[in-house]
Amino acid sequence: MSGAPRTRTVVLALLRKEARVELRTFESIPAMTLFSVTTYVLFHFGLQEDSLTGKLASGVLWVTLLFAAVLGINRLFVADDEQGGFDAFLLSAADRTALLWGKALALLAYLVAVEIVTVPAFALLLLGVGIGQALPGLLAVLALADLGVAAIGTLVGALAVRTRARDLLGPLLSLPLLVPVVIAAARASTPLLSAPAAALPARWLLIMALYDLVFAVIAFALFDFLLED
Amino acid sequence: MYGKRLRALALMTAAGLTATLALVFFWAPNDATLGFLQKIFYIHVPLAIVTLCGFVAGGLMAIMHLRTRNPRWDVRSYVAIHISLVFGVGVLITGSIWAKGAWGHWWVWDEPTLVSFLLVMLLYATYQPLRFAIEDPERQARAASVFAITAGVFVPINFAIVRLSTEVVHPRTLDNISGNLPGRMQVVFWLALASVALLWVTLWRYEMASKHARAQLRALRRLLGGEDDEPLRRSAAPSISQAGGGH
Amino acid sequence: MATLAALELRDVVRRYGERTALANVSLTLPEGATLAVLGPNGAGKTTLLRMLATLLRPHGGELRVLGRRLPDEGWAVRGRIGLLGHEPLLYRELSARENLAYHAALHGAPAGRAEELLHAVAMERRGNEPVRTLSRGMVQRVAVCRALLHDPELLLLDEPRANLDPAAGDLVEPLIGRSSGRTRVIVSHDPAGALAEADLVLGLVRGRPALLRAADGVDPEAVAELYR
Repeated sequence: MSGAPRTRTVVLALLRKEARVELRTFESIPAMTLFSVTTYVLFHFGLQEDSLTGKLASGVLWVTLLFAAVLGINRLFVADDEQGGFDAFLLSAADRTALLWGKALALLAYLVAVEIVTVPAFALLLLGVGIGQALPGLLAVLALADLGVAAIGTLVGALAVRTRARDLLGPLLSLPLLVPVVIAAARASTPLLSAPAAALPARWLLIMALYDLVFAVIAFALFDFLLED
Repeated sequence: MYGKRLRALALMTAAGLTATLALVFFWAPNDATLGFLQKIFYIHVPLAIVTLCGFVAGGLMAIMHLRTRNPRWDVRSYVAIHISLVFGVGVLITGSIWAKGAWGHWWVWDEPTLVSFLLVMLLYATYQPLRFAIEDPERQARAASVFAITAGVFVPINFAIVRLSTEVVHPRTLDNISGNLPGRMQVVFWLALASVALLWVTLWRYEMASKHARAQLRALRRLLGGEDDEPLRRSAAPSISQAGGGH
Repeated sequence: MATLAALELRDVVRRYGERTALANVSLTLPEGATLAVLGPNGAGKTTLLRMLATLLRPHGGELRVLGRRLPDEGWAVRGRIGLLGHEPLLYRELSARENLAYHAALHGAPAGRAEELLHAVAMERRGNEPVRTLSRGMVQRVAVCRALLHDPELLLLDEPRANLDPAAGDLVEPLIGRSSGRTRVIVSHDPAGALAEADLVLGLVRGRPALLRAADGVDPEAVAELYR
């Protein structure tokens, strides 16, 4: 008879499992990345602009990221639901919160991986100003946005996965909840991407941080209830 | 059990609404700039306030459901959200009429109340599809409660954020509600708010009573005819089960 | 000294919305004994099994597993129960070893155990291939390993010999059979087979117990009656 394992061990095991499955199926990261780049091209044709600055640039960047994130959220729990991961987890003595941590960190990792490719792609394809100066500020905004998406995305992903219309409900539930993240991120990065560049408005970073915190707490409080049968 | 005070409530609501309408049309002064159209605000704003409170109430009931595991709370939460959704549509429609009258457009992005309402409605519009997509009644109730709580927290936060992000181009007329209203307008406004709130509560009780009665009828049918007499229908609406409480 | 009962059920009820999925289920199962649960489809056998596994909460009555009251003390028995259900609970893209390593981490099981079990079911040579390349019988064998990884006191088996050929069946017998010494609950569609290895028999029809006897006192006619 074994005792309850340490949460950290469980989270690491979860991440290892996630990484293995993702590397062998390539279900999330390539899809999200390809989708983003294609969307940039679409925007080029749709907006009929060769280069964007300021509000437009900010908007295209964040809306595209949001939709790519939704793709990731949709796939997050699918393997677990279809291959019995939930039951396996519930049958063990592992702390339920470990699953939340594991999945949120996995989603975060996917987002970062996607951004490493798509943000430079955006700079290359559509951005009318040099990205060099904007980068530090932009990284801060990206970090906070990713945290918000990770928290909300994990909760919504778990909520939507065991329903009949999971591919519809995932986006329908997460998009409104993520709009404030888009608002804040877009506002924060507009001055950074303008010509001439302006300073990063700290208040929007604060708002994002608070929003992230509130929904992280909500996710922690409610996640357990979604796991039960 | 829910029908007890229903008649009294209904009468009070009818009285309140009639009085409000009378006062709005015959007693409240016409607004200097907007004229007669301004009167729509006496229905629009109370509807908005009651709707938002209704959504938050639904979230609070959902918390009780998760804590006590009593299915009754889930039904209460469902009805609260259901009714608030209907009121919410009213908010969007009256808000649109106002916008058209005041600024010539059926929709304006400058009015943070309208914008955040649109977002909230988009979110809550997924409530019933979510419920319908889960067949197991207990899991459906639990998922719905998680949603109701998350959305209930979202309502005020979203309101604040949208407000912060809206450029103040047009004067925020809806802003100056309880603050700068002259005497008569204030009276009518508060009466309108009380009446709409009463309407919400009455409708809530009415729907609860109706659900309760129908559940009892089904239970009786089952008792008389055997378990299979009432086939389980897939449904987005929870029902107050025969045995009442959870474990 | 009386042995602690592994299972104690008293008027256990489970509802499904307005319907009743299980009602008036009462029984006591001593440690080390085997309970066979029989009945037609939809009788509530899987529901009962999942309740014993702490995956479903009882809506009424009293349910004690390994001396602990469910659902309040569910946390105390998780990790002491092994469930072998219809789903193998294995990730298809991962190998048997990787799956077992994951489950071992979830349970805090000791390092060498997975390897021991793989040897016991003769899967050590194919332990590094993705589960999706294995035949159903092989998957079932790996699932048995998964269920036993944490050395559970109570085994819940839902048609454990499904997909297993006689040779494989012999391999898993010492692990999940009577000789394993563990308390077992077996749900089966094969009354004769289940009766042979049971101490206690529960027959369910539409969620209600239609038969509850010690296995040696069971009348085959009564069992056949369940399925009519």
